[in-house]
Amino acid sequence: MENLIALLIAAPLLGAGLLLCGGRRLDRVGHLLGTVLAAASFVIGVVLFADMLGKGGEERALHQHLFSWVPVEGFQADIAFQLDQLSMTFVLLITGVGTLIHIYSIGYMEHDERRRRFFGYLNLFLAAMLLLVLADNYLLLYFGWEGVGLASYLLIGFWQHKPSAATAAKKAFLVNRVGDMGLSIAIMLMFTTFGTFAFGPVLESTGEASDGTITGIGLMLLLAACGKSAQVPLQSWLGDAMEGPTPVSALIHAATMVTAGVYLITRSGAIFNASPDAQLVVVVVGAVTLLFGAIVGCAKDDIKKALAGSTMSQIGYMILAAGLGPIGYVFAIMHLVTHGFFKAGLFLGAGSVMHGMNDEVDMRKYGGLRKYMPVTFVTFGLGYLAIIGFPGLSGFWSKDKIIEAAFAKGGTEGWILGAVTLLGAALTAYYMTRVMLMTFFGEKRWQPDAEGNEPHPHESPKSMTIPMIVLAFGSVFAGGLFSLNESFVKWLEPVTAFEHGHPPISAGAVTASTVVVLLIGVGAAYLQYGRKPVPVIAPRGSLLTRAARRDLLQDDFNHVVLVRGGEHLTRSLVYVDHTLVDGVVNGTAASFGGLSGRLRKLQNGYARSYAVSMFGGTAVLIAATLLMRAV
Amino acid sequence: MSFPLLTATAAVPAIGAIVTAAVPAARRTGAKWIALAFSLATLVLAAIALVRFEPGGDRYQLTESHAWISDFGVRYELGVDGIGVALMALTALLIPFIILAGWHDADPLETKSSRWRPTQGFFALILMVEAMVILSFEATDVFLFYILFEAMLIPVYFLIGGFGDRAHAGGDEAGATQRSYAAVKFLLYNLAGGLIMLAAVIGLFVQAGTFSLAEIAEARANGTLDMSTGMERWLFLGFFFAFAVKAPLWPVHTWLPNAMGEATAPVAVLITAVVDKVGTFAMLRFCLQLFPEASKWATPVVLVLALISIVYGALLAVGQRDIKRLIAYASISHFGFIIMGIFAMTSQGQSGATLYMINHGISTAALLLVAGFLISRRGSRLISDYGGVQKVAPVLAGTFLIGGLATLSLPGLAPFVSEFLVLVGTFSVYPVIGIIATVGIVLAALYVLVLYQRTMTGPVNESVRSMPDLKLRELAVVTPLIALLLFLGVYPKPLTDIVNPAVEHTMSDVQKTDPKPEVEAAP
Amino acid sequence: MNPVNYLYLAALLFTIGAAGVLIRRNAIVVFMCVELMLNACNLAFVAFSRMHGNLDGQIIAFFTMVVAAAEVVVGLAIIVSLFRSRHSASVDDASLMKL
Repeated sequence: MENLIALLIAAPLLGAGLLLCGGRRLDRVGHLLGTVLAAASFVIGVVLFADMLGKGGEERALHQHLFSWVPVEGFQADIAFQLDQLSMTFVLLITGVGTLIHIYSIGYMEHDERRRRFFGYLNLFLAAMLLLVLADNYLLLYFGWEGVGLASYLLIGFWQHKPSAATAAKKAFLVNRVGDMGLSIAIMLMFTTFGTFAFGPVLESTGEASDGTITGIGLMLLLAACGKSAQVPLQSWLGDAMEGPTPVSALIHAATMVTAGVYLITRSGAIFNASPDAQLVVVVVGAVTLLFGAIVGCAKDDIKKALAGSTMSQIGYMILAAGLGPIGYVFAIMHLVTHGFFKAGLFLGAGSVMHGMNDEVDMRKYGGLRKYMPVTFVTFGLGYLAIIGFPGLSGFWSKDKIIEAAFAKGGTEGWILGAVTLLGAALTAYYMTRVMLMTFFGEKRWQPDAEGNEPHPHESPKSMTIPMIVLAFGSVFAGGLFSLNESFVKWLEPVTAFEHGHPPISAGAVTASTVVVLLIGVGAAYLQYGRKPVPVIAPRGSLLTRAARRDLLQDDFNHVVLVRGGEHLTRSLVYVDHTLVDGVVNGTAASFGGLSGRLRKLQNGYARSYAVSMFGGTAVLIAATLLMRAV
Repeated sequence: MSFPLLTATAAVPAIGAIVTAAVPAARRTGAKWIALAFSLATLVLAAIALVRFEPGGDRYQLTESHAWISDFGVRYELGVDGIGVALMALTALLIPFIILAGWHDADPLETKSSRWRPTQGFFALILMVEAMVILSFEATDVFLFYILFEAMLIPVYFLIGGFGDRAHAGGDEAGATQRSYAAVKFLLYNLAGGLIMLAAVIGLFVQAGTFSLAEIAEARANGTLDMSTGMERWLFLGFFFAFAVKAPLWPVHTWLPNAMGEATAPVAVLITAVVDKVGTFAMLRFCLQLFPEASKWATPVVLVLALISIVYGALLAVGQRDIKRLIAYASISHFGFIIMGIFAMTSQGQSGATLYMINHGISTAALLLVAGFLISRRGSRLISDYGGVQKVAPVLAGTFLIGGLATLSLPGLAPFVSEFLVLVGTFSVYPVIGIIATVGIVLAALYVLVLYQRTMTGPVNESVRSMPDLKLRELAVVTPLIALLLFLGVYPKPLTDIVNPAVEHTMSDVQKTDPKPEVEAAP
Repeated sequence: MNPVNYLYLAALLFTIGAAGVLIRRNAIVVFMCVELMLNACNLAFVAFSRMHGNLDGQIIAFFTMVVAAAEVVVGLAIIVSLFRSRHSASVDDASLMKL
């Protein structure tokens, strides 16, 4: 069985290789080939899953050792895979949602002449993401980690003739690199501390290392997670990443890649458990991002950017849960999976809307679309209900548990975290209702564009609606299924460990308050966007709104401090290199030149004067010799 | 007596150079094919040497020894350890690609008379450089090495000064001026380094009474070598200065951007990927072996200089407007990594540095040769003259991106392995330096992606609209290099197997052991 | 006679020759002065040979004479060709080898 693990990765990798190197010959079948290989990977995943279900909880982990990657004295890095319940969950999510999005893209990218390449990149992403979750050591995980970064770079910048897309791609890669720096430092620390960076030995011996080291490793891992999962302070790339084609936003920037940070923290649970300080920072980062993303999401008029803010906020929930330790890991992953369903569904819905609206993204120019796109409306609506945590749907089950766990943290911290998560739930309900109302309800607000083309909203083709329907099913039922008999908890417990949290207020009260804040959020949004017509030109808005539209000024800060400062630094260094470092050398050369110019005058060409210098020199030599003798 | 394989690897390109130079003016294309054939023959010989080399065997293998200038104890002594054989193979591997990439770079201009034979000269000089570089990787006699170290300046000087990049902003006249400036600068810097090294070489002979590496090492082991601490340090500095200029290390780096900017792309590859490696190789072989104590004494300063090189080179690369100068500064940053790995004196650092030399050679060759193809199409080296190339020449853009990704050390491509090893090796003994050096990987992403964005993406620049995509000859250059980058990125074991024993020898020379991990992890 | 006197004579001849080389402009005269210097040296060598009682000095003197003969051949040829091209035998006229 374990020999199948490599095939999981090999299938999409083969697809990427074929599609990217195959040339124009494959243009006509490229998308089908890519989709089939993604599906093949999913099928292998299901086979492995079925096999795993047949075994007892503790014996489920599979290992496959392919070959030694970097065999250097004292440094063993292997290409080896580990498939346990946690990895399995991700494999199914990645290949499942991935396949659906491949299918969706067949329709979405139909008119793009570079569709083959798009599928090549998508396959590359799948392979890298699978490598990330299947790796059995941190260095190989790093390989996958940067691999998904590359795929994300290529896909965000897929329409690279647009300067904004190229810039966004570059920004995403760079910000991620800052996070990657954290991961590489963490690996180096592990190496010097434990002499290895394989999951097993490192995670088993966390207790023996000094507190400072463990905290350092934890914080560096958190930095990495912040980069990849768009958490404060490295969140600024996610909004811009929406420049990529919408299926990319759904797959990479909602369902899978951005959740890699949560995977990393959960996987490294033993490290964080051993360091309460690091855990505290994780929780704070999660809580801040949760609110940050939600506030940004409330102000954006671009449908994809509003959803991006929401993604950031939901991942904040997961990071927060992961920071709570064993009471939270399982729910972080559970929310991750349900979020994978409903957020992918929402993005695909947004893509479907854009498809029908000539790629317009401004929600103020939508309105009343439910009549024109019934399937999109229903699937998007179900996703909407799921994300706001409508009782019974997926999001409810997972988010409620996280809020409970936040309260269960205990003490003042518990109350603060509980309050933050509840506030986040209210904001989620608000901004998602806002998106829903602005897009599908009210009067139509679109107008002909500059060339007089009026959009003709229409339902998308089958290849696009079917994945949306499947994801909508997941959004509705997944959470309930996972919570039935605590099946998800039992599934993951052997890997991540689990403790029942004991919130200071009863679970029922938590649920009740969740529902109450949900209603408040929905109500507020309805009062603002449902009762009154939505203005096509955005009103000026309060100070907070304006700041939130600009991503709470984070980009401006980056621009002034990092971009401008960096430009000045590099320019002045170029100057210094040219004048100072080079100048010293050129100056030496010039002074020699001047000296020789003066000496040159001695060469007047008269044989007599040369003879004088010869005789003079000889005389001096003789005199010197005699003098030395005398002394 | 067995077949002198090592001599042959150097003799074949040397003979090739003579034959190529002798081809009549009219048979220009024939000269190119002859040069290519000789470089391929060298590659075959290098491959045989690589196969015959036994990783677990003696330290120096395939040795040859003949008396040369017996009055001064100078011998013609050759032998390779794992590092030498790997670098020799790299050189032999890259030269055919350099020749193929520079196929039309030295075609005579029509204005010159028919007896003008620049093409023959160009390829003959390249082969000459190859012969000298290969022999310098094999020399185990300090004096022989010194001669080669200096002599290779001459052909490189003519390659820079005589065959410049025709894509010059200021026209031919300004091009010629800049070119001769760059060539003279290159020569002066390296001669100055070489002169100081000569003094140190003589000093070493006075102290040790021999030039033979093996004999000096033996004398050191027996304790018969009586060298005062001060003297060892001075001699070390003399050697190190010369190698630092050639490598190049901050602050003696400024000749490289000029030389690489003005030379044609293949010659720039020759300089940075092949000739400069002699400098870093020599640090490993001569500085560490001959003067272990002084090397340890100098380590902190060298590491700081290397760190400055890494960050400074990367920052300057970000600020460049000229594609080739940008790559030159990126190389300075990478040389910083190599030197850092050498002087960290851990197994990982040294293995990493050796792998880095090879991987940097391949990745720079890939990036720079594609950049050369790009520049030759548009006739400009300025980044701002490009834009949207991806749209008109997707294969060119794709290969350029892969070369760039290798330069920024993306996992899966060969340079990642070596860069990470260097970082880990440094971090385990000097954590602060290791952490600051990781800033280099963020900056690398910055300069590579900015370069890619400005040249390849965005709206199509009018001047590149009719740019053709890569031709068959160009693909034949790039594809094998990229394949090699991918292969060594995932499976570097063949290389590490060869390199590791040599690294162990060096580690025992400097009497250093790797630091033990804080916690003995469960196996 | 005291052989040291020969040395004084040699020094005197050498000085006369050297002064001639420095002062005179006619190439032929300069050339003759050079010969004078060479012969002064020869005289000194022979004197030394006599003083030390071995033949080394005399052998060197023969060497000098051979070299001087060769030099006369080359030097006169140069002077003649110089005179042909410039119609002058002044050494100051041949000052082109300056930078």
